[in-house]
Amino acid sequence: MSNGLKLGCAALALLLCSLLSLAVGATWIPLSQVAAAFVHPDASSISHVLVTSTRLSRTLMAIAVGASLAVAGALMQALTRNPLASPGLFGINAGASFFIILFSSVFSLSSADAWLWCAFIGAAVAGCLVWLIGNMGQGSLNPLRIVLAGAAIAALFSAFSQALLVVNQDGLDTVLFWLAGSLSERSLSVAAPLLVCSLFALLGTLLLAGQLNVLNAGEEIATGLGQRTGLIRIAMSVLIVCLAGSAVALAGSIGFVGLLVPHMVRKGLSIDHRWLLPGCALTGAVLLLLADTLARVVMLPQEVPVGVMTALFGAPFFIILARRGGRHG
Amino acid sequence: MDKLMTVRCGGFSRRINLSTLLRLVLALALTLLVILCSLSLGKVNLSPLAVLRILFSSADPSLTFIVEQLRFPRIFLAALVGAALSVSGLILQSIIRNPLASPDLLGITSGASAAAVLYLSFFSVALGQQFLPVAAMLGAGLATLAIYLLAWKQGASPLRLVLIGVGVSAMLTACTTFILVFSPLTTTLSAYVWLTGSVYGASWPEPLALGGWLLGICPLLVLLARQVMVQQLDDSLAQGIGVRVQWLRAGLLLVSVALAGAAIAWGGAIAFVGLIAPHIAKRLIGPGFGGQAAMAALIGATLVMLADLAGRTLFLPLDLPAGIFVAVLGTPFFLYLLIKQRH
Amino acid sequence: MPSIASRSLTLSYQRQVIIDELDMQLPKGKISVLIGSNGCGKSTLLKSFARLLKPTHGSVILDGVDIHQKSTAAVARELAILPQMPSAPEGISVRQLVSLGRYPYQSWMQQWSVEDEAMVKQALAQTGLEILADRPVDALSGGQRQRAWIAMTLAQDTGIVLLDEPTTFLDLAHQIEVLDLLRDLNRRENKTIIMVLHDLNLACRYADHMVAVHERTAFAQGRPEEVLTESLVKTVFDLNCRIIPDPFFGTPMCIPFGRDVPQ
Repeated sequence: MSNGLKLGCAALALLLCSLLSLAVGATWIPLSQVAAAFVHPDASSISHVLVTSTRLSRTLMAIAVGASLAVAGALMQALTRNPLASPGLFGINAGASFFIILFSSVFSLSSADAWLWCAFIGAAVAGCLVWLIGNMGQGSLNPLRIVLAGAAIAALFSAFSQALLVVNQDGLDTVLFWLAGSLSERSLSVAAPLLVCSLFALLGTLLLAGQLNVLNAGEEIATGLGQRTGLIRIAMSVLIVCLAGSAVALAGSIGFVGLLVPHMVRKGLSIDHRWLLPGCALTGAVLLLLADTLARVVMLPQEVPVGVMTALFGAPFFIILARRGGRHG
Repeated sequence: MDKLMTVRCGGFSRRINLSTLLRLVLALALTLLVILCSLSLGKVNLSPLAVLRILFSSADPSLTFIVEQLRFPRIFLAALVGAALSVSGLILQSIIRNPLASPDLLGITSGASAAAVLYLSFFSVALGQQFLPVAAMLGAGLATLAIYLLAWKQGASPLRLVLIGVGVSAMLTACTTFILVFSPLTTTLSAYVWLTGSVYGASWPEPLALGGWLLGICPLLVLLARQVMVQQLDDSLAQGIGVRVQWLRAGLLLVSVALAGAAIAWGGAIAFVGLIAPHIAKRLIGPGFGGQAAMAALIGATLVMLADLAGRTLFLPLDLPAGIFVAVLGTPFFLYLLIKQRH
Repeated sequence: MPSIASRSLTLSYQRQVIIDELDMQLPKGKISVLIGSNGCGKSTLLKSFARLLKPTHGSVILDGVDIHQKSTAAVARELAILPQMPSAPEGISVRQLVSLGRYPYQSWMQQWSVEDEAMVKQALAQTGLEILADRPVDALSGGQRQRAWIAMTLAQDTGIVLLDEPTTFLDLAHQIEVLDLLRDLNRRENKTIIMVLHDLNLACRYADHMVAVHERTAFAQGRPEEVLTESLVKTVFDLNCRIIPDPFFGTPMCIPFGRDVPQ
């Protein structure tokens, strides 16, 4: 099966999962109604309203978050040359969470919209800190150094967050749910700017894909081929922060997608980034859609945090992949 | 150049690195100093001399109570927890040959956490808090066993151990979150404090229990110590000089899990000690497991004690979990070392 | 002096047979070199001799006894192996690395006997590393590092030393340095040396006994002059060549033909 055909199948899977996400929920809406909601919208029909507002925004966000996290993970694994790299590693999840908790307890910001912006800023701050620390002292980005710096910053922000939560216990319940990763209570109008940011970042990574293949061949080879490795690395870091930051801002801490999806796509599709990145985007989106759909219905009427679902299903997959590692594992 | 001294006596021979010994003595002195400070400071501030008087002769009974019954057990527990976690992390980093290896990575922390949260949500009402350490250790042990078995494929390679550890940890963390999200708020709070890592309210039975457990593990550690360095060679090379690699790795893993599991069981899930303290120890002492382990133990103990001191005194009247301050204290130092690194 | 041999040795990896029913004996006190194309199984064969791989069928005989019936420690006192691209623990000094070779003779009680100290000193002297003994291994040049690894196998005080491509990644001067050292050890200490080499000409120059591994068996074995023929090179390496005696050493020298075939 050629790579193009595989991507095509993934895109088809995405379409089907989106339809599923629109149909499934506390009330099951048959597909005919879903189609009607878009083609002949009837403002008085509850199902139509449900589909076009709540479920549509949720579906779109799941796609955006899934794609962003997966691609961010792939970029990070290329940047640090460490197969364990993921957005969690850059301290981005931790930084975003901390800023939200900080602002909501100190300034009592409780609207979901304010949270979104706090998270994005927090993610950017954490990412910059890690980049600065990883870069200090020696010439170019040493992969090991960045990984260690990321772990340190992540732990630091985590600790601060926990401190705030233990001191100010009122917000604990709601924040805990968000921290675990959730796609509920986000209106499309508010999330729109972040969705657009995601989209642009994703397109940016596609442009960078060819460069990534060269960079992956090794520092000396890349420079020898005339690539401006420093510049490419900076561009990669910016894209990672944009992608993972907007994902966390939208949906809280969903940690497993960025780690697992690149491994899956690399094994199933290609390590060539021109195929890998679109593959990651599509697979990440499908994975998250399925996880979110399941999270909505598995324990009705309660909702399970999406992050929990992705971990519970993603982890066994990852374990199987790790076992099949073969000669190098 | 390190000065080496050879000790030979009958059938016993050993080489001792004098500069390492000196550094260890200095570290020990520092640790004792920190213990003294911790005993002195708190809601009631005492002078160090007063503390020494209380410990070695008799004094005001209420002050004696504060020092000997409230503070000392807590500080002792903090020290033991810190020491156990750092030695555990050191062993793991040498087995896995990756500087990021720590008890948190191999499912020990997440296994203990999941078991503890499960216990707090479902069993603590019926059985009380006393079996919490048992649950935690069971969780840690089962999680590591699962990881080891899953990683076994004609041998457990370091990379596979790490990868599968990541997977299993993620699953267990998800389970923990799942339980936390759906359990009543009161359980969530106490669970959260436990998850952050706290030695709050420790009384003498606890450090003594942990101490007993660690003393039981120590002989195994001492016996295996000389083999840790060889184990860092390639598997084929190590086997070539007669090391039974798979057995050794399993044995070391067992020791590491026992140490970390016990520490987490009594001190809660204090993350990060098992990661930073070994790194700091390795920067201060050259290759050689014995010296590094002793240094890591002292550094870990000091770190957690200082963290607990900060939690007790900085935000009076609040008493914050030590786990928070471990990261706050340890991270800048670790980052400083990272920046100064020459490689 | 122990000898090493194989009896109906079959090695496989994940159901793919690498070596099939091999009967072979390697001479005592001589330098034997295994040659063959990439992936033919010569490294696998070497590893099985070192007790690192369990055979699917058959056995490896060391000193008359099946090697897998001896304990790892016992074998370590008779046989040392230096694998390809070995890695050392971070920051370790040359002296510490060589001392690791004494592991099979040490116990918890006896961690540094008089004999250990003497053997390490001797190993450092034999490899000319006394001056560099306290430097970290990472700071040495390629040739010096390889000598440090060889010193470690020397400290192990075994009759047989197995080396898997000890000269790959070394420049020519260092290759000769290492091979001369190995030949010295063979001539002076009568150690049996068994190694895998890629360079055919150096293999011929230094080997007393040569084995060409091909098609899952020892395709040819014997003295280099007997083994290295033009037809063998064509069969095993799929390479046209001309074999002439080396003008200085007399050993076979292989001149490969690529696209330019001389008239």
